[in-house]
Amino acid sequence: MKLGKVTGRVVSTQKVDSFEGIKLMLVQPLDEKLDKVGDPIVAFDTIQAGVGDLIYYETSKEAGRVLEFTMNPCDAAIVGIVDTVLTEDKK
Amino acid sequence: MILAKIIGNVVSTIKEKGYESRKILIVQPVDPAGQPKGSSFLAVDTVQAGMGDTVLVLEEGGSARMILNEPETFTIKAVIAGIVDHITA
Repeated sequence: MKLGKVTGRVVSTQKVDSFEGIKLMLVQPLDEKLDKVGDPIVAFDTIQAGVGDLIYYETSKEAGRVLEFTMNPCDAAIVGIVDTVLTEDKK
Repeated sequence: MILAKIIGNVVSTIKEKGYESRKILIVQPVDPAGQPKGSSFLAVDTVQAGMGDTVLVLEEGGSARMILNEPETFTIKAVIAGIVDHITA
């Protein structure tokens, strides 16, 4: 899993069948100090995260398992909303 | 498996099925000498590891589900599979 921040929503009408009814969110990956790392990605959201939420997401094959039918063409999914992050040198 | 050091933990209430009552820690991959390498990520703890521990991290879904004894439908990929006592290089 990786930490990320939801920065926006992605709306798509014409899409792969198994994406229907799934919320797509724009996620900015973050490091443990909550600094930006790399480029934003698009992730499935099944736990009702909102814009501005700090979340963690899973990548690769496991991401597709968030849906009832587990074989999905999906490479990133939000799996939890973060309440707090504790590190040794907290900002 | 990779070597990593635990540098923090994450508290979360709303989460995907399979993550309930599991400890989520921030791990920083390290080389055998203990120097940080690459960027940190999150992993589910199975061995009661704590802050500052050097651990073994598995980043493969099939192995993770086997360790956690979870069905095929769960989305966990990264797990902490052991605490390193010492490394002889």
